[in-house]
Amino acid sequence: MAFESLSERFQRALKKIRGQSRLTEANMDEMLKEVRIALLEADVNFKVVKEFVEQIKQKAIGEQVYLKLNPSQMVVKIVHDELVNLLGSGDSEIKYEKNKPTIIMLVGLQGTGKTTSAGKLAYLMKKKLAKKVLLAAGDVYRPAAIDQLKQVGAQVGVEVFSLGTDVSPVEIAKQAKQKAYNEHFDVLIIDTAGRLQIDEPLMKELNDITNEVSPNEILLLVDAMSGQDAINVANAFNSQLSLTGIIMSKLDGDARGGSALSIKHLTGVPIKFAGTGEKLSDLDVFHPERMADRILGMGDVVTLVEKVQEEIDEKEARRDAEKMMKGEFTLEDMVLQMKKIQRMGSLTSLMKLIPGMPSISEEQRVQAEKEMKNLEAIVNSMTPEERRHPEILKNSRKIRIANGCGKTNADINRVLKKYDQMKLAMKQLQQYKKSGRMPPGGLNGLGGLGM
Amino acid sequence: MGLFSFLRDKFSKKKVDEETKTYVDGMEKSRKNFASKLDNLSKRYKEVNADYFEELEEILIEADVGVSLALRIIDEALEESKAQGIKEPKQINELVVDKMFLGYATKGGNIVNEIAFRNDGPTVLLVAGVNGVGKTTTIAKLAYRYISQGKKVMLCAADTFRAGATEQLTVWANRLKCDIVVGKPESDPASVAFEGAKQAKANNIDLLIVDTAGRLQNKINLMNELSKISRVISKEIPEAPHEAFLVIDATTGQNGVVQAKQFMDCIHLTGIVITKMDGTSKGGIILAIRDELGLPVRFIGLGEKMTDLEEFDLDKYLYGLCLGDEA
Repeated sequence: MAFESLSERFQRALKKIRGQSRLTEANMDEMLKEVRIALLEADVNFKVVKEFVEQIKQKAIGEQVYLKLNPSQMVVKIVHDELVNLLGSGDSEIKYEKNKPTIIMLVGLQGTGKTTSAGKLAYLMKKKLAKKVLLAAGDVYRPAAIDQLKQVGAQVGVEVFSLGTDVSPVEIAKQAKQKAYNEHFDVLIIDTAGRLQIDEPLMKELNDITNEVSPNEILLLVDAMSGQDAINVANAFNSQLSLTGIIMSKLDGDARGGSALSIKHLTGVPIKFAGTGEKLSDLDVFHPERMADRILGMGDVVTLVEKVQEEIDEKEARRDAEKMMKGEFTLEDMVLQMKKIQRMGSLTSLMKLIPGMPSISEEQRVQAEKEMKNLEAIVNSMTPEERRHPEILKNSRKIRIANGCGKTNADINRVLKKYDQMKLAMKQLQQYKKSGRMPPGGLNGLGGLGM
Repeated sequence: MGLFSFLRDKFSKKKVDEETKTYVDGMEKSRKNFASKLDNLSKRYKEVNADYFEELEEILIEADVGVSLALRIIDEALEESKAQGIKEPKQINELVVDKMFLGYATKGGNIVNEIAFRNDGPTVLLVAGVNGVGKTTTIAKLAYRYISQGKKVMLCAADTFRAGATEQLTVWANRLKCDIVVGKPESDPASVAFEGAKQAKANNIDLLIVDTAGRLQNKINLMNELSKISRVISKEIPEAPHEAFLVIDATTGQNGVVQAKQFMDCIHLTGIVITKMDGTSKGGIILAIRDELGLPVRFIGLGEKMTDLEEFDLDKYLYGLCLGDEA
């Protein structure tokens, strides 16, 4: 029943364009159709889909396809990157007041998770930021809503301000604000009743609360499962209240949550938090990356991005290897190599080029990091001439370098020894390459790369 | 002529009865969007072409009918319009609504919306759904409906998880003046349901409605808990629960189909209650659910009052969605 992921859809469209190295309008049409369906199935609003697909098209045409990717994967990557861009732009931080309470009001349709999120926000601010939080029970309509907030407040260990169900929410907010000021609370979170955006009296009530207490943040709760209409809801709330952010709730479900994209795209209101479970600690800062993966329905995007990264590394590595083979290997190259190895954590991409190359363990990696620092310090203290022709290094130069980087002569000698080993290994490799065979048991000299 | 005009005839010739009016009023906002779009569309085009069908498709998708169903409806309409030589936009629209109607109506099963009461003991209705769809409110409305019909109704608060859930149902029970069985917070919901079944038998209750905690369909433990609740009830009352409703929020998008599928796999669902139809959402997901799983809608929630619950009627739903303005 679960929908196909975008990359699955692409499998079919793919055959026609396999092996093409550039994205053109013609070869992208099929894929863009699939992008459209994938986004629609994720509940992205159809108008947004239209615009978004057009944007993707403009972005992608003429784009060079990475060697390791096929054109469809390239499109997935572009779509993904663009989604991340869009979802992540805007300020997602809550700005806290310094000398007075920060007032946060939660609004939304019925059943989107306002009361639960109020508790989760209180938990986050109390436990992680050590704020003194006051919850205000402004939902006087739904039976037992105040009870619910009180129970949630008790679980978090924060005070809940309530005046029962006979007082207007505006008055409750006003008095809660007074209390928050008088008793030096850092944060006041006002829970409000769920309401339809077309319910004029209740929307006016929210306006009145806003005028009365001027909240720093007005956050709209959006259910991750919501469909095409979510954008109408968000638009109405935003135009009447000037929202400062969105909380996506129920993201622990398996809905794709495309409404996040619709709302962000059309209102520009940033998504600040994501509800990720039933426990009070289950509120996360919003991750655009994860949301993009989710909307496209793929866990494989991560792999894809890695592949691209790998390819970039591999290109460099290939160039380096060629350089090394020519015997143009310098100390500068060595530092670059080491850095790359460090960044990759393993020799994966180099290993693909050079069979028989050992990978390194975590322990070795930590050790390598330490030595990397030494190596860098030493090489950085050399003149460019010395880096390119280490053979000119005599004792007087070594003393100068040692003084320059705070190391000893012995340290420098160790680096030079390693350099010689690597250079030798390169030469060996070149010979084996010429003979068309690889050395049995791998290249011991190159094993030293891992240090 | 098509079903569309049949519908229009049916509802314009007959005086619009009270129930139809509730639909028309309750769905006013949904209808405004959908119907006026269809109408606008037919006015903008003199003759239908590919663009026209694309726009039609978008209107369906915007109603949350779902991509694959929307595409299929449009394809079928396109084919039939070609076969019959129909080029007039209005007629094409009617064809599309016909397809929606027929698609739903021909999915089989003789649908009776009202709960079928047993005469050998309490009838048990289990109500389930994801979080925040309006289960508790729906239960109150259903209880009100059957109390008004002279039935002896008992509520059972088997949502022991969400803060304030038991209190919420208790408030309703007090308003409705009906019996309620509650458990301790965090206690095993199945044991509360079992107690409910026992009490219902002992007190000669006609209808026991069991409220359950909202649960997302991908949480295996919670879904297992739900099937346990169902099993435990049947230990006290064989064949119970006789009815199990899945409550679906009209704002739900494509995930609604996944929800229905998972809940169906977990308990024996006998129908859907679609809630919050008084908003701007069109609830088209019920068509997709029916299409893919055959599960029918039994009731429709059209507001916040106890009386705002109606039997689902496809005629009226489509009528409210597509034609209301022309009445």
